[in-house]
Amino acid sequence: MGMTMAEKILAEHADLKRIEPGEIVNAKIDVAMVHEVLGIRIAGMLREAGVNRVWDPEKIVALLDHWVPPPNVEAAEIHKICRSFVKEYKIKYWYDMRAGICHQVLPEKGHVRPGELLVGSDSHTTTHGAFGTFATGVGATDMAIVLATGKLWFKTPSTIKIVIDGKLSEMVTAKDVILHVIGNLGVDGANYKAVEFHGDTIQALSIDGRMTLCNMAVEIGAKVAMIEPDQKTIEYVKKRTDKPFKIVKADKDAEYEEIINFDVSNLEPQVAKPHSLENIVPISEVEKTPIDQVFIGSCTNGKLEDLEITGKILKNHKVHPDVRLIVIPASYEVYLKALERGIIETIIKAGGIVCNPTCGPCIGGHLGVLGNEEVCVSTGSRNFIGRMGSKSSLIYLASPATAAASAIEGVITDPRKYAGE
Amino acid sequence: MVIKIRGKVWKFGDNINTDIIIPGRYLTIRNLSKLSSHTFEPIIPDFSAKVTSGDIIVAGHSFGCGSSREEAVLVLKHLGIGAVVAESFSRIFFRNAINLGLPAIECKNITKKVEDGHELEVSLDNGLIKNLTTGETFKASSLPDFLLEIIKAGGAINILKKKVKQ
Repeated sequence: MGMTMAEKILAEHADLKRIEPGEIVNAKIDVAMVHEVLGIRIAGMLREAGVNRVWDPEKIVALLDHWVPPPNVEAAEIHKICRSFVKEYKIKYWYDMRAGICHQVLPEKGHVRPGELLVGSDSHTTTHGAFGTFATGVGATDMAIVLATGKLWFKTPSTIKIVIDGKLSEMVTAKDVILHVIGNLGVDGANYKAVEFHGDTIQALSIDGRMTLCNMAVEIGAKVAMIEPDQKTIEYVKKRTDKPFKIVKADKDAEYEEIINFDVSNLEPQVAKPHSLENIVPISEVEKTPIDQVFIGSCTNGKLEDLEITGKILKNHKVHPDVRLIVIPASYEVYLKALERGIIETIIKAGGIVCNPTCGPCIGGHLGVLGNEEVCVSTGSRNFIGRMGSKSSLIYLASPATAAASAIEGVITDPRKYAGE
Repeated sequence: MVIKIRGKVWKFGDNINTDIIIPGRYLTIRNLSKLSSHTFEPIIPDFSAKVTSGDIIVAGHSFGCGSSREEAVLVLKHLGIGAVVAESFSRIFFRNAINLGLPAIECKNITKKVEDGHELEVSLDNGLIKNLTTGETFKASSLPDFLLEIIKAGGAINILKKKVKQ
């Protein structure tokens, strides 16, 4: 019997020829990414444990993204701890707050390579499976152990194969696809498991779209979400790193726990109603819901493709007077490209607010926190109660297209009416 | 070594996510007592005042889903929660709990057998849960030895400390 992508990569990093689901292994880490959690907890834990050097300063990527620039004294102090730690421990890749959101920055700066094992101090680290990387999020203690030793235990996950076929309608995007998948599988549909995305829809998706898909796979509990590297992947990665990498694909006779098929040819835009990702409905069920704020950004949907579709819809339109539109590019690379292409100008002329790359309102940090009973359409990944501010506020998750169309109309709006404009 | 935990139940439903356990906007607060005062704030605003040391959390599926924030475990530990028994855990929460020495035990249908305020006795090494209020006993999944070792050591950092000293 063959192996799935996750099994192959994990086996190789544990120096094993083969591996079975359920097997617990100690695996070598290729890349470790830390953000503010470094300053909040990890630096202190390492110092307290007497760790005075990291396992490999060249394999660690550190940056600030959650509270950037700092909205309060506490955040500023956390940033100071991060800065002194990376200096003292000689961390090679340190971007401070000059690059953007970690999950956008990691691939952009060439830290994500197919076939590698990557851990991040953030649950959305599953994003990097879009490049055929075994990438998963860990908490502060696990990360402290990785920084000290370069290794971590993993229970080998069984794999669910999700096959997605069909051509998406105009204005229906990767975000709608992943919301549809989450709606069908439920929030524990892949708990502890690996997911592999296959099918012609996946092949047709851009790198940006694939990242959105894998980013939200953690919302069904997935440990990793993998897409087999193809020419698009190789081109993207080679442009950004000289380091060699190995393409790992699933064996033809790999054993899957389950194979689930989706046909998305007639998929409607999808919306996750408050306060859970179990509440996913086709947009027709929530159309005309009045809104106060639209947020387009986050590690899920702050990419160039997301800003492009936003600009396309907003062109020659105005944001509704009762709505504030907040747009946050996921990185400075995205921001600059959007500037060059005139997208930022379009957004501002339409009445939108453009902020610097950061997680910002998605975690209720700053730059668009919600007041009591306010309603927001967000392109983020979570609509949990109180996540973006007041616990009486309501978050509807949707694609950037749905968000932009809703910003114009002041109510939740099907973006397909703006198709072909 | 037998580890037994005894305490009063706080019962929760399914999908109790990390933003419910400790909202993200408080994560810059590094004073643990202050941070812990916001535990479960979105659904039980006075939880931190009402909880007693040794209390046990019982929950449905996907307890701790959402972010990787270890603070979701840290605040429960700080408030003295003795164990979390859930129908399932999100994987990062589970790892974080073990890493900080908070017993996280999976038990099918536990929410159907236990009510708020019941008293439970949880035996970690054999995975038996006794409802002292009703007299019923349930079998939960037992933790593998290497995870029990982490809990007995008081958390994974204590094991790292020992390794560093060697």
